[in-house]
Amino acid sequence: MADTSIQSARHDVARRLPGLVVPLVLALAVLWVLFLARGTPAEPAVRDPGRFAVTLLDGITSAGLFFVVASGFTLIFGLMRTVNMAHGSLFLLAGFTAISLQQAMVGKTRNIAPADVSLVSWIVPLLAAAALAAVLGVLLQQVFLRWNQGQELRQALITIAISVVLADQMLRQFGGLAKTMVWPGAVSHFIEIFGERYATSRLFMLAVAVVVGVALWLWLTKTRMGMVIRAGVDDEPMVRALGINVTLVFAVTFFVGAFLAGAGGVMGASFAGVATGKDGDWLLNSLVVVIIGGLGSIKGAVAGSLLYGLVVAFSPAYLPTQYTFYAVILSFVLLALVLAVRPYGLYGRPA
Amino acid sequence: MTGTLLEVRGLSAGYGESQVLDGVSFGMGVEAVGILGRNGMGKTTLCATLMGLVRPSAGEVLLTGQRIDGKSPEHIARSGISYVPQGRRLFPSLTVDEHLAMLAKGTKGKRWTPKAVYELFPRLADRKGSSGGALSGGEQQMLAVGRALLLNGSLVLMDEPSEGLAPTIVDVLVEAVHHLVSEGTAVLVVEQKLRAATAMAERQLIMVSGRIQAESTASELLANPDLQRRYLGVGSAVDAGEHPLEPQQNRTV
Repeated sequence: MADTSIQSARHDVARRLPGLVVPLVLALAVLWVLFLARGTPAEPAVRDPGRFAVTLLDGITSAGLFFVVASGFTLIFGLMRTVNMAHGSLFLLAGFTAISLQQAMVGKTRNIAPADVSLVSWIVPLLAAAALAAVLGVLLQQVFLRWNQGQELRQALITIAISVVLADQMLRQFGGLAKTMVWPGAVSHFIEIFGERYATSRLFMLAVAVVVGVALWLWLTKTRMGMVIRAGVDDEPMVRALGINVTLVFAVTFFVGAFLAGAGGVMGASFAGVATGKDGDWLLNSLVVVIIGGLGSIKGAVAGSLLYGLVVAFSPAYLPTQYTFYAVILSFVLLALVLAVRPYGLYGRPA
Repeated sequence: MTGTLLEVRGLSAGYGESQVLDGVSFGMGVEAVGILGRNGMGKTTLCATLMGLVRPSAGEVLLTGQRIDGKSPEHIARSGISYVPQGRRLFPSLTVDEHLAMLAKGTKGKRWTPKAVYELFPRLADRKGSSGGALSGGEQQMLAVGRALLLNGSLVLMDEPSEGLAPTIVDVLVEAVHHLVSEGTAVLVVEQKLRAATAMAERQLIMVSGRIQAESTASELLANPDLQRRYLGVGSAVDAGEHPLEPQQNRTV
């Protein structure tokens, strides 16, 4: 009797442990950043509110970009169970394409200053490059993936193969040097936050991400197609048994998902530049975000992007200087912590 | 029986090596027909195969003379079979209203529109904004039926609609079935509960080991404990031990 109660108590502790550890780690991290952080690149927040505010904004604005890219990935996975390993390639291709378009529109190939760039010569390349990614995405789905629907491993391998081919072709076409898209002059200013200069282009990027997020949300909640997509994420065979042609819905979803990868690519090209190899980085970013948030959930993509963005921004600034090199590990600590408490991600559901 | 609406000939199907349907044959007109059988006799596989969710290995299915076997579920649904699956299979991400709005396109001027569904099941109208997962068992079943009706098909296929429901809710469903048949819509209802099945349909087909083993009527089955024992594994309350036909657990309103 006593034995079993001890055992069950032990079991109880083991079960609750992640639930206890996570708030503890969070509380320690907040305490550290606010009051304790010594020997770090940034002073504790109470002593240097400017640096803290800038880091916070950095986290939130990066989260905006993470969201745009990852929402497309999660949308495709949620409905079709397709892990599109070429998502990063679509990102990179759109980035390179938009840069070439912008150069053509501005009439210069080097030393483009923000003053040379009008809003139009940023937005038109964005739309055109994202549309190119979207069309390529639909082609990819119709030509290669449609016949393998339901065979996740095969689809993953096919998309890996395509990403390798695309990477080589992009290297041939755009070269191996890093390139940057130039923000329009209208949004390239600096504002002052607690005595620190902050680039308005980052805030503009966040605004674009919010617009994309709201549009996506409206589409998914207010339109018939959006309802069908959400129903399909829940139970795709049942949607078909109700007489709905999912083939068309799949194609549209792939179009939108690839468009988002492309739009993210253009934003990323303006924010940090693009180069060979960035496709893999952004595939990884998308994976981390959607695993944290829960595969297939848009709400999860928002939450995952925010958490990931904040960790990515805060860890290099508030880790002791000699450990700054290890900052990247913290995003995987975040991943491990979330999965310990919620194995399907924050908003994920078992398949 | 008025003409042949659905004709099933020698339908066989299974999963991998295991054959579940072994030559099912029957026909029905615009009427209510029950398919009764114990657990594991192939009733749900029959529904899934008729719907195109499981591929038949042999046999034919004709709906108003047209072959529908081997066709996709969406084709079969559009040909006129409205499917109410076992376990309801509602969409947890959608509200009650969205379940119906999603299928509302093309219902204008037809018998079943979202408005007509709310009139049939007023309880659903009170829960328009609730998610499919937050409904009671009875409301879920009403929504599953209502959703299927929006297809305005000629045949409603129901797989164990009374499962887990209180008798008063089953009565609502029975009434809906009678209403549908009186309006000229056929209903094929698969059940393992004798009482619910016989209340919904007078004509009863009995399924044993993947075949239609016998045909009977509701009154005959109810009056004959021997038949019940032989085909359904239970009879009167005296020996209801081995295969409880109407489990009392998991009952929700």
